[in-house]
Amino acid sequence: MGGKRRQPASDQPPVVQRLRVRYGKRGRMRFASHRDFARALERAIVRAAIPIAYSQGFSPHPKISYASAAPTGVSSLAEYLELGLRERMVPSQVARALDAALPVGFEVLEVAEAGQGSLADRIDSSVWTVEVPGLSERLAAVAVERFCAAERICVERMTKRGLRVLDVRGPVVRLAVSAPADAAPYGVEGLPCAILDLVVRQVTPTVRPDDVLTGLRAVADLEVFEAPRATRLAQGMLTAEGEIVDPLAADRGMACAGALSA
Amino acid sequence: MSVASIFPKLERLLPYVSKPIQYVGGEIGSVTKDWEATAVRWALMYPDTYEVGLPNQGIQILYEVLNGIPDVLAERTYAVRLDLEALMRQHGVPQFTHDSHRPVGAFDLFGVSFSTELGFTNLLTALDLAGIPLASEDRGEEHPIVVIGGHAAFNPEPIADFIDAVVLGDGEEAVTEITDLVRAWKAAGRPGGRDGLLLELAGTGRVYVPRFYDVEYAPEGPLRRVVPNRAGVPSRVRKYTTTDLDAWPYPRQPVVPLAETVHERYAVEIFRGCTRGCRFCQAGMITRPVRERSITAIGDMVERGLTNSGFCEVGLLSLSSADHSEINEICSGLSDRYAGTNVSLSLPSTRVDAFNITLAEQLARNGRRTGLTFAPEGGSERIRKVINKTVSEDDLIRTVATAYAEGWRQVKLYFMCGLPTETDEDVVQIARLAHAVIRAGRAAAGSKDIRATVSIGAFIPKPHTPFQWAAAADPAVVDHRIGLLKQVINSDRSLGRAIGIRYSDGEPGVVEGLLARGDRRVGAVVRRVWEEGGRFDGWSEHFSFARWQKAAQEVLGPWGIDLAWYTTREREEREILPWDHLDAGLDRQWLWREWQDALAETEQDDCRWAGCTECGVCPSQDVTIEMGPTGRRLLPL
Ligand code: SF4
Repeated sequence: MGGKRRQPASDQPPVVQRLRVRYGKRGRMRFASHRDFARALERAIVRAAIPIAYSQGFSPHPKISYASAAPTGVSSLAEYLELGLRERMVPSQVARALDAALPVGFEVLEVAEAGQGSLADRIDSSVWTVEVPGLSERLAAVAVERFCAAERICVERMTKRGLRVLDVRGPVVRLAVSAPADAAPYGVEGLPCAILDLVVRQVTPTVRPDDVLTGLRAVADLEVFEAPRATRLAQGMLTAEGEIVDPLAADRGMACAGALSA
Repeated sequence: MSVASIFPKLERLLPYVSKPIQYVGGEIGSVTKDWEATAVRWALMYPDTYEVGLPNQGIQILYEVLNGIPDVLAERTYAVRLDLEALMRQHGVPQFTHDSHRPVGAFDLFGVSFSTELGFTNLLTALDLAGIPLASEDRGEEHPIVVIGGHAAFNPEPIADFIDAVVLGDGEEAVTEITDLVRAWKAAGRPGGRDGLLLELAGTGRVYVPRFYDVEYAPEGPLRRVVPNRAGVPSRVRKYTTTDLDAWPYPRQPVVPLAETVHERYAVEIFRGCTRGCRFCQAGMITRPVRERSITAIGDMVERGLTNSGFCEVGLLSLSSADHSEINEICSGLSDRYAGTNVSLSLPSTRVDAFNITLAEQLARNGRRTGLTFAPEGGSERIRKVINKTVSEDDLIRTVATAYAEGWRQVKLYFMCGLPTETDEDVVQIARLAHAVIRAGRAAAGSKDIRATVSIGAFIPKPHTPFQWAAAADPAVVDHRIGLLKQVINSDRSLGRAIGIRYSDGEPGVVEGLLARGDRRVGAVVRRVWEEGGRFDGWSEHFSFARWQKAAQEVLGPWGIDLAWYTTREREEREILPWDHLDAGLDRQWLWREWQDALAETEQDDCRWAGCTECGVCPSQDVTIEMGPTGRRLLPL
């Protein structure tokens, strides 16, 4: 806002340290949208008294940048963001303080000091596990086979800019029926529940797990099942061998590639 | 017996609804308690969506007060949106609390706070989803006692059939006393059953149990009498007044929403009550007298509230915040304390005559300069005398010019249309005032880059005010005057371009008017509208005037009355008003005198500075004005 035109340039201390954070949203917090998480994080930063830096200008914003965020309703153990701090901090201390200040269900899983390059350049794919209550393993296997055999599978999705048609086959690197779990993971009684392993390349517009399921339903003529429950297990760069490289690996100074199954 | 969480059932529906995060609870500041370990359990509701309801101060305060008692549990519930309501009905999921997802029907008490009458239909949805019979008389011992409060509860007659009890006034002590009675009643083996408890509540003289009163009507329409129908029930019910606000420093640990809400801030009430005496203002009349919170108590609350919540904005709330006896010291003290941080301060609405340069500077200091709002309410000096909102045109223009000179670029001005005695000319004056403000503002700011927004709404006469006898203007008259106003504002192209006009439709105002001054016969209208699908009447996208008109015609016709009878009809002095047996502490004769003074364009002073004007509240409530200055200051943290 206007005012006695203050000199904003000198108002805010500069960024002296950049920290990269892997965080998760789980349980009921999976229903948070990205904006909901962002507000919760900003408040947690204040409560935890983390010396976040602010942008210059008349309405300063905390220096937080996000890598692609999991959609509303989807769990994740591998979300990433970067914080700009105005004072140097020990990454593990920030991890502990921030985790304690966030509502239960949002979890800080790792904090590392940022090295060279940007976070976005280290992420091009996601690994998912998807539970589909109402879908038997046998039907799932048939559907997955047809899905993988197709070259293109077009589905429609309602976006803010209207109905869009996406090819959901192209970006899928891997889709398979996972080994059966001991109990129905979703806890919907009396229903079978297939579990799918999914690796998707991040393209624009994003192909999400529920788009893939729409495609699956279309190729195999499946009934509409209960809402599936997807969890992102990992994000990173896909190697030629089909492995995902943990985006914080380089920052930790360790050359270590996370296994596909994470 | 324990009560299971319905969350597993709800969870299956959430992927299909908009903004599912609003239903999951788990917010910082929310409280969960063991069901068994508590003796008295309250479900507290704000009857609107989570985004509107969560910031409500009343609910936040009662939630903390009640949960602060070890053997008491309070959980929150809000109106579910239509998409979830449909799914809940389809899948048999009951109205639930957000904290532990327990069914509302399992609690001892279901407390609902109404700030506006337009929430009445949402009460019926919640009762129905909770499996609680809509009619109070159909409820059994297994159902919660439905208690309502809030400003709109000062005339609960239109929903009298659906509620068990009403609390007038401040809730802090009321909920504690009710809790004590319920605890004792349960411990004693529920003597007398449901009625036994209600009778005990009524016996305090401060809880209104509508079912214990019979209402009779005269053939011409008005009430003939309202009488208790059993022994031990007082003929009038008194309001509660909390004194010594410093002793009630709530909220300490506000619930921090996960979903986006209408106010994302730590709000602290800097005083309660207002004795400016604006004659249209129900909030001012029913919350008398003024009780200030001290500057140091405010400072402590802000410090703790920000630390606990992580909010970056502080709202200094009250009915007229700039009137606090130490407002300059509060604002400058807080600005000093939070200089260099990103905490900003806001005053929701500012009186023209209490605003000054010091205040402007303090509010501007911490960056974000949210718009300034002034509420002259009336366009001409004459009409401002009628409503007792006395401010001279020169003062108004000077103050707003000061704000522009201090760097604000945007100022909002609030007005009402359809006030008693109003003519076209009074409304046209608003345009002249707005033009003068822009001219003075341009000169003061040395820039053409300033704007004003004129917000104008239809006046709705409210109970317990001097205008409770007044006729509301016909909506057609209001529309005509607002049209005229737009025309005159835009008659000068250059000035008109700098002025935005916002006005609300007259139709919801008619319904609000019906509900505000309605009697028990209106209850059947509310029920009919709800049965026909009426929900969220405060939301323009859900409100249907046709539905209300049709229901009003069908229900009221046989009584020989109609919508207009409730809204645009002037009442006589002797007419028994539906809320006359509810005592807000105001002397009826004083209100009538104020009404006559309004018609005579005679102003009334504020008792804080000019001496008691004998409205009756202090003696009848056995309280006094509580205000500073204390002379204390906020020290650096
Ligand atoms: S009784 Fe007198 S002092 Fe008290 S609020 Fe009324 S006018 Fe003011």
